Amino acid sequence: MTELDRRTRPDETANSGGGTANSTREMANSRGGTASSRGGMADSRWVGAWRRVGPPLVLVVAGLAVWQWYVVAFDVRPQVLPSPLRVLEQGWAYRGQLWANTLPTLEVTIVGFAVSLALGWVLAVAVDFSPWLRRALTPLLVVSQTLPIIAIAPLLIIWFGFGLLPKVVVIALVTFFPIAVGLIEGFAATDRLATNLLRSMGASRWEQFRLVRLPGALPRFFTALRIGITYAVTGAIFAEYVGATTGLGIFMNLQKNSFRTDLVLAAVVVTAVLSLALFALTYAVERLVIPWNQAGNGDV
Amino acid sequence: MSESKLVVDDLRKDYPGLPVLDGVTFDMAPGEFVSVIGPSGCGKSTLFDVIAGLERPDSGRVLVDGEDATGRVDPFAYMPQQDLLFPWRTVLANTTLGLEVAGIPRRAARERAQALFPTFGLAGFEDARPAQLSGGMRQRAALLRTVVQDRPVLLLDEPFGALDSLTRSDMQTWLADVRARFGWTVLMVTHDIREAVVLSDRVMVLGPRPTSVRHEVVVDLPRPRDLATTTSVRFSEIAAELLGMLTLNAR
Repeated sequence: MTELDRRTRPDETANSGGGTANSTREMANSRGGTASSRGGMADSRWVGAWRRVGPPLVLVVAGLAVWQWYVVAFDVRPQVLPSPLRVLEQGWAYRGQLWANTLPTLEVTIVGFAVSLALGWVLAVAVDFSPWLRRALTPLLVVSQTLPIIAIAPLLIIWFGFGLLPKVVVIALVTFFPIAVGLIEGFAATDRLATNLLRSMGASRWEQFRLVRLPGALPRFFTALRIGITYAVTGAIFAEYVGATTGLGIFMNLQKNSFRTDLVLAAVVVTAVLSLALFALTYAVERLVIPWNQAGNGDV
Repeated sequence: MSESKLVVDDLRKDYPGLPVLDGVTFDMAPGEFVSVIGPSGCGKSTLFDVIAGLERPDSGRVLVDGEDATGRVDPFAYMPQQDLLFPWRTVLANTTLGLEVAGIPRRAARERAQALFPTFGLAGFEDARPAQLSGGMRQRAALLRTVVQDRPVLLLDEPFGALDSLTRSDMQTWLADVRARFGWTVLMVTHDIREAVVLSDRVMVLGPRPTSVRHEVVVDLPRPRDLATTTSVRFSEIAAELLGMLTLNAR
């Protein structure tokens, strides 16, 4: 029965998805046309992208192949370990449910991360202007990282219920630290000579901040942002896992309880894709906000 | 004394447990180019920071045009050791930084800086990023950023220290030339005796820490100074004299 399922379902998928696949191919073609008309620059960029993406992709495909072979060869029960193809197939079959649970997770992630970003900026700027605050807050920031979220998260549910708030707090707790520390260190990394130069021009502390410390800290900020955004998705999943009405986290929890290992893993895949998409987004934003950093890196 | 552009009067400065300036005294005439040399670690940078108004002396005074300028930054345009061009600004925007801080409208600031670009060999590089410039060009851009502020005294802290020797001597010739044209009053710190002799009207030798002015040599070589000057007997005599005093004082 499952054998049959496995044979027919992918075919159906291919058929129903045919239209989309074709149109994607057309898009790719037209894009290829522009690239070649632009000349070698774009071509070498594609080669560069492949050199970066290629090796991990090969590893992943090899890993999946071994997994698939193992499950088929030893006839492992899908409740214990479903094959990768089954995960895909069941994930596709339940795509409606997955999608309905992805949106709340995305929403929680974005709201939580936005709160974390806002707090991180306010705090880092305040610390940069006040040595007293720096001394007062640095140890507290470290302490916030020693809190075992696994123990705190259920308490947050007790205190704040099943709504948005406890999840936002969990995400803020996990992502706030890298962002605030990245910014604080970025501001403080300003060259003493650069500060002196600005002072010799008669710049106030605020002007020094605006003209040197702030732009100088942005490359570090984007590094911190990347670390933070991946933590944010995991944080959201975790917060939902502990208690929620919708979201990928609670979906995983429920599917695990009914031994639908395949659907748990399908939700894991969606989580990974979501994280990667947000991760890639930070690069796009970085390129928009600090285009000078690319050129600078190339030279140094 | 009253016609001096800059008077440095008995500057003293201690860091906790570390006396650095032990009564530094000298003066500069308007349009004069004076270099300060001294053994490394003698306190040249501290002296510069105190004159530039970035640090307060424990005692002593700095006068500019006869007025007390101790602890004030506005009579001085300061060029630090590194070019410190900011990668997030274009070359033109880097050179207008001081004017921007001074509150001069952006457009006027840009016009003023841009007028100097040809003289500084930077014409056509207004919209370039600093990373696209050669070492010599970066240094000229940093100097442009310094002089465009139009302040009474220029303070140059080892301005060509990071350059290779060929670029360096090109830059020295160029600096001597533009300085003569604009009549700047320049105080320069350097490690390079040859550079000090080529550029200066006078060279002051500082002693080891806690430092003070130990000797002063007037460079009586004719200007403009070209290759023939630097290979002359008199040039070698002055350089040898300075080297002798420097090694004597380092002990």
